[in-house]
Amino acid sequence: NIESAKGRDIFKKLVKTADFVIESFPPGYLDESGIGYTDLSSINKGIILASITPFGQEGPYRDYKDSDIVVMGMSGTLYQTGEFDGPPVHISMPQACLHAGADAAVGCMVAYYHREATGEGQHVDVSMQQSAAWFQANAMPIWELNKGILHRSGAFRAGMSKDVGQRQVWPCKDGYLFFNVIGGRTGAKSLSALVAWMDSEGLATDYQRNMDWDNFDMFTVTREEMQQVLQPVGEFFLRHTSQELLKGAVSKGVSLGPLSSMRDLLNDECLKERHFWKEIEHPELGASLTYPREFFRSSEIDCSIRFRAPLIGEHNDEVFSKIGISGKELESLKQTGVI
Amino acid sequence: MYINKREGVFSGLKILSYSWAVVGPLTMKFFADHGATVIRIETRQRPCTMRSSAPYKDNKPNYNRGGYFTYYNANILSFALDMNHPRASDVARRLVAWCDVFMENYTPGNMEKWGLSYEELKKIKPDIIMLRQSGYGSWGPYKNLPAFGMVLVPIAGLPNFIGWPGKEPLPVGVSAYTDCISPRFASAALIAALDYRNKTGKGQMLDLSEFEAAIYYIMPAILDYVSNKREPERIGNASPYAAPHGVYPCKGDDRWCTIAVSSDEEWMNLCREIGRPELVEDPRFNTLANRKKNEDELNRLLGDWTVNYTAEDVMARLQAAGVPSGVVENTADAYNDPQLRKRNIYWPMNHSEMGNFTHLGQSFELSKTPARAYSPSPLLGEHTEQICTEMLGMSDEEFVSLMQEGVFE
Repeated sequence: NIESAKGRDIFKKLVKTADFVIESFPPGYLDESGIGYTDLSSINKGIILASITPFGQEGPYRDYKDSDIVVMGMSGTLYQTGEFDGPPVHISMPQACLHAGADAAVGCMVAYYHREATGEGQHVDVSMQQSAAWFQANAMPIWELNKGILHRSGAFRAGMSKDVGQRQVWPCKDGYLFFNVIGGRTGAKSLSALVAWMDSEGLATDYQRNMDWDNFDMFTVTREEMQQVLQPVGEFFLRHTSQELLKGAVSKGVSLGPLSSMRDLLNDECLKERHFWKEIEHPELGASLTYPREFFRSSEIDCSIRFRAPLIGEHNDEVFSKIGISGKELESLKQTGVI
Repeated sequence: MYINKREGVFSGLKILSYSWAVVGPLTMKFFADHGATVIRIETRQRPCTMRSSAPYKDNKPNYNRGGYFTYYNANILSFALDMNHPRASDVARRLVAWCDVFMENYTPGNMEKWGLSYEELKKIKPDIIMLRQSGYGSWGPYKNLPAFGMVLVPIAGLPNFIGWPGKEPLPVGVSAYTDCISPRFASAALIAALDYRNKTGKGQMLDLSEFEAAIYYIMPAILDYVSNKREPERIGNASPYAAPHGVYPCKGDDRWCTIAVSSDEEWMNLCREIGRPELVEDPRFNTLANRKKNEDELNRLLGDWTVNYTAEDVMARLQAAGVPSGVVENTADAYNDPQLRKRNIYWPMNHSEMGNFTHLGQSFELSKTPARAYSPSPLLGEHTEQICTEMLGMSDEEFVSLMQEGVFE
């Protein structure tokens, strides 16, 4: 309990031997409590403090209150998501905290690399707003070069061609599928393969068969041309289930994306073969739950997830014994609410 | 020239990169912006899809004037090399011998085709670190499935969380949204691999799948399914844990604000600020459960208030009253946002074709070793000669001979 003086002393002892401190208190809170970066680095020069906050440690919005929808709104993502004629729509699975968490991991590693070379730690300052705003596809260049603002386009996709938006969400027999025409050599390969696939089922049109995909220009394509390409594709999708379409896409090399359910993901053939999922035991639940094993495969090191998230204070004895607190002292600290 | 002048955490670190689209550049950025020398191999025979994507400076299509490419490629050196030329392989192998890290995000199979598999790289440089990123992994049943961000978003399940009840799922408005996930994971892993190499002398191969990385961004729903057999439902702008929670119309054309109230204290503050203190104890709204039950009515009532004010006014007033609220920023708003401007996210730089142009900066700040804008996005092949002569020690005669044969196209 770092709100108590004794708790702060214990925290400082832990910092002495720590590599990283990760925190997400409101900006200024740790400084006011005497355990901000300056205090911690005087205890351990190499300490790396990562602060993850809604808007960052400084600046006009630093004390603003947040929620994922507020931060996503202030990053540009929310405005662009939603139906063409409706309000912006939020991604109901919170995202800003994930972008910020991932950035904090990278920031900590950059700081760590520096520390390994110099012995010097530093403060990693992560803002959820900045992390979420960091990737906006081509929105910023469009604004800067053309003073254009990308609007919501719902199931359609704007910004690839000069005049034409195109549908990218398609119904299929049992769900939804995402597909859009892309240009370049990759697009040509994928589209030729799709047309050949449709043709094998007697569903390709002459227009599609005769199209010179290698010279199909996404930038100047007209509305009518796009319609001629896409309408039969839509009819083809309706005749197949999403899993049939995924299988066909894999074997024929067509770029399309069925919308996966959670069940689809857990049964996905590729994830299974790459051993992506791992069962982790939760003894207190008497159950094992499925987690991602690791986010990269290394030829050298196994970085698989090892155990479930800890229960609150689960490792107190182990951790506190390392700084010489155990037995009666530990018990009394527990009773006084310090631990 | 300035290649050797860079400071920063990764000063002296040498990276050779076969990058494509967004994932490659975002990964290079974390290193280049902190001082690494990053050479990106490109070819005029097939410029990166970003080089041939709108918008263009003055609307003149040209692979050195593309805003999309330029925005994401600050601090990178460009080396033009036509890998299909018979003499290219030798040049590539000399670059491999020069580098510490080889990164690539081409469709699996390309590196093997060019003799640049991990096994081959190791023969040239035993402690090399190879970082591979692809849609579904460099091995596995989907390795040949073409991958783009807009396809990966649905395969990874994200649109299940976007849209209104009973209506079709929607894409994330920022296209290729998942492209910003894997680079972060890859960079953290690559730094760990560098540290491991520095301590053990051993290199390694890292393989990332963008599909797998994106699944980390919906994990609570996977756990919910595993535990409760519950598939996610589209819920518009609602939240199970907060009400009011949503997007509300404001004064002006297509102007909106967000409001998110997750505690009774915030509810009280909101009611006072909008001049409706009687709503605090109103039986329709006095608890979170009741606010959830009467959410439509609550949203209408709030919208009737917000529509009289600008989004900026709503944000300033509600935040001052202790209620989470913000402007729903469009691109212009985000470009001018005073908080983002205060941080290191936009780097205006002078580019020989684009003029003064904003390049993307970094996504976090380091107190002692800040990321820096060293050089604008390169023209295609801009650094070929300099790299050949200064870094590979190639003679002028050899360089000219290779150039005349079209190796550097």
